[in-house]
Amino acid sequence: MPLNDTDLKRLARLARIRLEPQELASLAPQFAGILDLIQQLQAVPTQGIEPLAHALDLEQRLRADEVTEADGRALFQPLAPEMEQGLYLVPQVIE
Amino acid sequence: MMSIDLENTSLRQLSQALVTRQVSSRELTQAYLDRVQRLDATLNAFITLDPERTLRQADDADARIARAQAGPLTGIPIAHKDIFCATGWLTTCGSKMLSNFVAPYDAHVIERFNAAGTCTLGKTNMDEFAMGSSNETSFYGPVKNPWNPARVPGGSSGGSAAAVAARLAPAATATDTGGSIRQPAALCGVSGIKPTYGRVSRYGMIAYASSLDQGGVMAPCAEDLALLLNTMVGFDARDSTSIERPAEDFTAQLEQPLQGLRIGLPKPFFAGEGVSAEVQQALESALHVYRSLGAQCVTVDLPHSGLSVPVYYVLAPAEASSNLSRYDGVRYGWRAAQAQDLIDLYERSRAEGFGPEVKRRILTGSYVLSQGYYDAYYLQAQRVRRLIVEDFKAAFAHCDVILGPTAPTVAFGFNEKTSDPVQMYLSDIFTISVNLAGLPGMSIPAGFGAENLPVGLQLIGNYFDEARLLHVAHRYQQVTDWHRQVPPLARL
Repeated sequence: MPLNDTDLKRLARLARIRLEPQELASLAPQFAGILDLIQQLQAVPTQGIEPLAHALDLEQRLRADEVTEADGRALFQPLAPEMEQGLYLVPQVIE
Repeated sequence: MMSIDLENTSLRQLSQALVTRQVSSRELTQAYLDRVQRLDATLNAFITLDPERTLRQADDADARIARAQAGPLTGIPIAHKDIFCATGWLTTCGSKMLSNFVAPYDAHVIERFNAAGTCTLGKTNMDEFAMGSSNETSFYGPVKNPWNPARVPGGSSGGSAAAVAARLAPAATATDTGGSIRQPAALCGVSGIKPTYGRVSRYGMIAYASSLDQGGVMAPCAEDLALLLNTMVGFDARDSTSIERPAEDFTAQLEQPLQGLRIGLPKPFFAGEGVSAEVQQALESALHVYRSLGAQCVTVDLPHSGLSVPVYYVLAPAEASSNLSRYDGVRYGWRAAQAQDLIDLYERSRAEGFGPEVKRRILTGSYVLSQGYYDAYYLQAQRVRRLIVEDFKAAFAHCDVILGPTAPTVAFGFNEKTSDPVQMYLSDIFTISVNLAGLPGMSIPAGFGAENLPVGLQLIGNYFDEARLLHVAHRYQQVTDWHRQVPPLARL
């Protein structure tokens, strides 16, 4: 069940990854192979089997609703590619 | 002048030498740094070195030893996979996306090793975001296999495996999502262990597929791994899936006899199909050794194990597409220079920052999670995952450990599998089911195939049975010397 360029472009848009035309060309056959691989699962009878999200039956741990972490701005903000006055800069979104 | 043989001295012996002041941590660490300097131009096992920082830690360790406050690993240099955040160290995860990311905090694993007084020797090369089985997806270029630099070291922890194999480091941390510790350990001829899911905290370990990712470690022998796990394993509230259990000494039962051990041999792992003759032969010899040590072999069935690769390539990409959505070019990491608007900034930053394999997996994940496919792929894969887990539970009713190949073949050549992603994915056919089930698994050296390339033996344990796995591996290593073989290149 191969995907065409339109399908791949739609996926790329969902994933927020810009794909160049030559990437699309090489992705199509590779994607077809991957889909063939995962297609094998369709033949497995799984009626009545509960989906398993996690191998160990763990319970969600809770903690007291208290502040446990200090302000990390001074540590984290210098990592930003563009920052000004404590704000992360992005291209203009509002005219 | 240091008089320690760096090729075959165990961590316990190194520790002894440090505590008795036969050698200082600075001398030992410098000796390893010298080896890296000499050999890593060929191997490319390290992404980042910072000798000054490393030697400061060595000096701290020497001071601690002088105060008689040394622990079993104090003063020992350890290489860390570049997936673990370490304060002040460039932490790239093998990606251009994080090529400018200097970690502002320590992963739990790094905290533990720092507290134990080890020195960070450097950050090791890896497949980009741990997605790969050959190290060819690293933005920093592939690592070479020390046994033959024309062959891959395996992946994704290829840098850690090559560094230990060439004795550039006495041990190295690693992570395993579908085989990323065991497969490179096998291909490079070292020992490696992936503990039970949840044993080692994922805090500060850059996420790929969170329900499968597990930190672990590589070293020449099982006894070393036991010492390292004593430091690495432990509860951490910052990882919501971290397991709370009483502390365990993984070295405690190493010397017990093996008499009566039941070794399960899964039919699908020995069916011949896909397992090369040289791997098959090494397994037969290993079984002979185990029988002579008093173990019995029983056949077990893992009827759904053939589906583990397709299950994995639904679930892991699905989790990856979600985890890697954090890379947006805004808060940290790579940012495209020109963008017209915010969406364009995301799309260009991610297009430039991610390599082809990472893009393929994010797109696959987006596909299986998208409307109309979620039930057919994602939920179906989760159902089959349960069948795989049930298979293992049934098998462990009849045996104590499961034994099989780690990888179907010895190390393959560069570019041999890069054009067909599915061929590459099948390199992990024997390791993936262990991650899906969350079980502990190991690989230990078990011989050599054609052209003197190492063969790995996989041992799979029941939940929380790391001590037994290490015991089973250690007894084998007491009567064999595959793990003591060092590649000729390491002697240059």
